[in-house]
Amino acid sequence: MNGGAVGIGEAIVFWVSGTLAVIGALGMVISKKAVHSALFIALTMINLAILYVANAAPFLGMVQIIVYTGAVMMLFLFVLMVVGVDSSDSLIETIKGQRAAAFLLGVGFSILLIAGIGNGLMETSSTGLDAANAAQGGNVEGLAALMFGPYLIAFEVTAALLITAAMGAMILTHRERWMPKRTQRELSQERFASGAHPGQLPAPGVYARHNAVDTPALLPDGSASDMSIPEPLRVRDDIRDVDPAEIDEVRQLSADSSGEDDGR
Amino acid sequence: MNPANYVLLSAVLFSIGAIGVLVRRNAIIVFMSVELMLNAANLAFVAFARMNGNLDGQVVAFFVMVVAAAEVVVGLAIIVTIFRTRRSASIDEPNLLKY
Repeated sequence: MNGGAVGIGEAIVFWVSGTLAVIGALGMVISKKAVHSALFIALTMINLAILYVANAAPFLGMVQIIVYTGAVMMLFLFVLMVVGVDSSDSLIETIKGQRAAAFLLGVGFSILLIAGIGNGLMETSSTGLDAANAAQGGNVEGLAALMFGPYLIAFEVTAALLITAAMGAMILTHRERWMPKRTQRELSQERFASGAHPGQLPAPGVYARHNAVDTPALLPDGSASDMSIPEPLRVRDDIRDVDPAEIDEVRQLSADSSGEDDGR
Repeated sequence: MNPANYVLLSAVLFSIGAIGVLVRRNAIIVFMSVELMLNAANLAFVAFARMNGNLDGQVVAFFVMVVAAAEVVVGLAIIVTIFRTRRSASIDEPNLLKY
């Protein structure tokens, strides 16, 4: 597989994965919703990873899957969640005819590139990486020898870049608190000062015959408490009437039971 | 099949990414298009490494990936910050530097 020539199996992999990658890329540009775009480009990236592996770069293929589809695309999805999924494109063109011009430019550019590369590269031969990999004993070993050899400075600078990027992200998204945090005491005082009912509302249906939510709780004097009915039912006036006879019966029952309790 | 087909595929993907950057107005989709262009360049690097029998191309592709990861972190942080102040992810909105 690492040889210079492309076998029939690799050709099949190329055409299948390449087609899927192009479909993903086109879907990313065309689809209206940003979430669909993110999923399409994830498809493209997975197929690119397959192409890397087919192209004698197994290490890069794994890194592609871990870094791109694993980390970068998930970060994109997180940010989409923060920004709002339905933040679709505005259709107003700030520069007239910009879309059509951009499309023409892109198509022309791709024709130019493909024609130029096609002309220039079709005659080339391919060496293959067998010798280069064998020199160090494998693809990963070969990459490591280069990365920690001639490219060591670049590798070290990469570390500085990553740390700076992490710092930058933290500073950019950090929000300064411009009011002191309110304590629990202040919140409580505010709640009482407003004059509204400070505690929980009474639960509905707390007397013996019914426990449906449309049954009002009874106050000590036997009248029904409107506060115990949930707001939607109260608005629709869907409150069960309390039968005075039932109240008397309940009171009788409670008196009997408390008498029994006293006797015990 | 010629290994140069990989380079052609990378050219196609790069062009699609470029069209995406120019046509779309949503900052996040523009950003994804930039990622696609970086990936296309990576594919070309890998293909060239194989054609030349030289691992340097793969090392460069690896560095491109690292830089792209750092770039994504900062770029998305900027998008989130702009969204917080302007309530919009459209790239036509931020015009404060205009005046």
